[in-house]
Amino acid sequence: MISISGLLGQAFAILLALVLAPLLSGWVGQCRAWLQSRTAPPLLLPYYQLQKLFHKDVVLAHGASSLFRAAPFVVFGCMVLACAIIPSLSTDLPLAPAADALALVGVFGLARVFISLAAMDVGTSFGTLGGRREMLVGFLAEPALLMVIFTLAMIAQSTSVATIVETLAHRELVIYPSLAFAGIAFTFVSFAENARVPVDNPATHLELTMIHEAMILEYSGRHLALIEWAASLKLYAYSCLGLALFFPWGIAPGDNFLALVAAIPLLLFKLAIGGAFLAAIETINAKMRIFRAPEFLGTAFMLAVLGLLVRLLLESKV
Amino acid sequence: MNSLLPIDTLLIAACAWLAVGLLGLVAPRDTRFISKTLFPLGAVIGTLVGLVALGSLGGETQTAVLVIGLPDLPFHLRLDNLSAVFALLLGFVSVGISIFAAGYFRKGEGTAPGLLCLEYHVFLASMLMVLLADDAYAFMVAWETMALSSFFLVTTDHRHEEIRRAGFLYLLIAHIGAIAILLCFGVMTGGAGDYSFAGMRAQELSPFWASAAFLLALAGFGAKAGLVPLHVWLPEAHPAAPSPVSAMMSGVMLKTAIYGLLRVSFDLLHTTIWWWGVVALVIGLATALFGVLYSTVQSDMKRLLAYSSIENIGLIAVGIGLTLIFHAYRMEGLAALAMTAVLYHCLAHSAFKSLLFLCTGSVLHATKERSLGKLGGLIHRMPWVAWLALAGVIASAGLPPLSGFVSEWLLLQSFLFSPGLPHPWLNMVVPVAAALVVLVAALAGFAMVKFYGIIFLGQMREPGLKDAHDAGTWEKFGLAWLALITLLLGILPSTVIMRIDAATRQLLGTGLADKVNEQGWWMLAPISPERASYEPLIFLVTIAATLLLGRWLVRRLYHGRVRRTSAWDCGYYFQGPRAQDTAEGFSQPIRRIFEPMFRMQRHFPTARDTEPYYSVKVEDHFWYWLYLPVAKLAGRISTLIVALQGGRIAVYLMYSFITLLVLLLVARP
Repeated sequence: MISISGLLGQAFAILLALVLAPLLSGWVGQCRAWLQSRTAPPLLLPYYQLQKLFHKDVVLAHGASSLFRAAPFVVFGCMVLACAIIPSLSTDLPLAPAADALALVGVFGLARVFISLAAMDVGTSFGTLGGRREMLVGFLAEPALLMVIFTLAMIAQSTSVATIVETLAHRELVIYPSLAFAGIAFTFVSFAENARVPVDNPATHLELTMIHEAMILEYSGRHLALIEWAASLKLYAYSCLGLALFFPWGIAPGDNFLALVAAIPLLLFKLAIGGAFLAAIETINAKMRIFRAPEFLGTAFMLAVLGLLVRLLLESKV
Repeated sequence: MNSLLPIDTLLIAACAWLAVGLLGLVAPRDTRFISKTLFPLGAVIGTLVGLVALGSLGGETQTAVLVIGLPDLPFHLRLDNLSAVFALLLGFVSVGISIFAAGYFRKGEGTAPGLLCLEYHVFLASMLMVLLADDAYAFMVAWETMALSSFFLVTTDHRHEEIRRAGFLYLLIAHIGAIAILLCFGVMTGGAGDYSFAGMRAQELSPFWASAAFLLALAGFGAKAGLVPLHVWLPEAHPAAPSPVSAMMSGVMLKTAIYGLLRVSFDLLHTTIWWWGVVALVIGLATALFGVLYSTVQSDMKRLLAYSSIENIGLIAVGIGLTLIFHAYRMEGLAALAMTAVLYHCLAHSAFKSLLFLCTGSVLHATKERSLGKLGGLIHRMPWVAWLALAGVIASAGLPPLSGFVSEWLLLQSFLFSPGLPHPWLNMVVPVAAALVVLVAALAGFAMVKFYGIIFLGQMREPGLKDAHDAGTWEKFGLAWLALITLLLGILPSTVIMRIDAATRQLLGTGLADKVNEQGWWMLAPISPERASYEPLIFLVTIAATLLLGRWLVRRLYHGRVRRTSAWDCGYYFQGPRAQDTAEGFSQPIRRIFEPMFRMQRHFPTARDTEPYYSVKVEDHFWYWLYLPVAKLAGRISTLIVALQGGRIAVYLMYSFITLLVLLLVARP
């Protein structure tokens, strides 16, 4: 049943996600700058930006419809739900049964569709271009992501993210070769889904290379703030999902208060390592041409399928 | 005097539909009377059908004998749970379409409205009779009536050459299918000469003949449903037909074919062989992938939706295939899960696809334009249609929390818990099939974003669109009704599954109701909550709460000021409607990635062109690989036969004489 501590833990997890997400983006930016021998921007830069954007007026294009104004809120809502489902600190989440791993992919899909539609709404050349590229990346990444989830679901005999994490975190140490394939595929997918370097460049305004930026060009003020915040929440959600699925140690089982407190520094530590890893990958790679993206995500998909088959053929006795 | 049984009520409803149709002939040119009186009357009957079918779910099977037709061959009728699920679908979806049609049909060229009203209601009544038929004779009569009435509805605008061609193609494939179905029934009688379904159930067929019957049924019903390679009529017939008719055909008529397939493979044939499931699975996957790829590259909004229907029928066939595999290996729990996914997707698709087709009807009325490349920005002029269409688009893209996601979720769950099949090959193939299903679902999202974004969003591509008007009251009501069904199917899956479970139980012996019932109405957990759960209502509430809270907080803490100016677009000066993506532009990545799947003719401008233009034409491979060779072969054979027909009577007499001689020689007593 839903316990008080569960509800509190849930509320805390959402608050933590809202607070930590921009910090994670700031940390990745700082690491990137260090690795590229630039002067690093302040760690809290994303917060300053959000604050500034929220204060500004919204400047809407004449052709913008109500869908354009609703989309940032919908996307933000989707991302908050995603962060609420993914067990970052504890697996005792009252909202977790609302969506299992398949529905979680659906949440990201819903957000993607809304932001693509919003991109097409004003009717500018870059908007539609971004929207179509985003959907392209989406339809390639989604099957790969689901294949990863399938592999894990077969190990845990469940598609509930919380159950998967509990199974993986509290089992005896067994090495699953399928998890390695799934992990690499998941990393590939997270780069594509979060508009990161091999697929997209988050720091560009160069027309021919941008995907995410092209879609949100027409946004300003609080709408832009929400979209930026949602983007960092998405990165946070993906990072937490990856950590929860592949490095699940330390996530508190059930309503154990001490374990919950102990989980916080561990999560911070894991996120810091993950962010540095992300920055390193981004630094040593160059942005691909958009038509190489299918190859990149096709590789991810093949790896994920391979993981699944390895699971089915070799590990079914384990 | 007994109280009125549901089956009697449904028969009365069918007769009432016929009567309403005939009333249309009283004043065939009186558009006002027909659209504002007769079509709403039809909708009332539809509500009745839906409610009666809903009430009879889970009840006793009822039979009736109708003494019409040939002497000694009465129509046997039967209402069981499977019929009831599809009658429910027919009833409730037809309500929305009829109400919409009340506002849609206007004076114009083509068939007189009275005749149209007759055809439309005959179509409805015949579909209901297909669902109730309990012998091959009644079934075929109803089936052919359905095909003919829909043929006339498709060719409403028969003055156009292409519409006549589409109608002809439809009729041709419908009849190829009908022949297969007839042969299938013939095989299933097992030579006993009893054409009632009860007689067929009693037959014990050998595996060979049972497989023959199944394959014939798959071909026959597949032709009507639009399975590859017999799908070619769909993208031709849907754009040709008026939008309510497209909605009815796509939403409801395709489901009668699914009904027939389920009836034959799970009820009439009681043996199941595992490779039937593999055949259905493979054809279903091919259909789904083919349908979705072609739907992403269409530039005509109704063709796009027609291909999307092919995709959905493919997914349903995938579900049927899985059910057959599990059923053959006696894994009834999983079979029940897959069957629920099939039935759920039938319900979901009938509502959201009808909704989308009706939306294209409103757009067509408002703009006289079907080509995506000439639309755009209609959300400003047609907000009602645009927002209601969004519900259909999200459902069709298979995204939570609307109806399309539920069936997809159920289907993926049944894929996911399938290992443990006794066949090693199947264990390998099934997860890969699941991967393809996911790819199809993701591509459906692409197609739907294209559909919605290009029609309703962006700048208006043609100056004429400024005069577009929103749908009328009747039309809005019909659309809202279907959107409501889509929403309810999306957020109350457990309640719906509890209802349709009777049909699963009837076909497979087990259902999901017990497991689903344990968890409470808001939660969908078909196996156990630890294994998989989905609570669409809480899902929706969380997103909505965040949305509203976020909006309120931002306004409270900061401000809600908005300024309007022209679009920024990286500072580019020229921002006319021609700068945005066209339908062709939007689907360019798909064409490029899946190039071998399409037959394309492209024209690229060169540097020397004084009037450069780019054009692309995408055609169906099957047309060139299958249909044209068959047509050519038929032509060849007929030229050979022409040689026999000299036109001289003496020669013909000689043919008869020789035939007679041969017969006398061969057929000696």
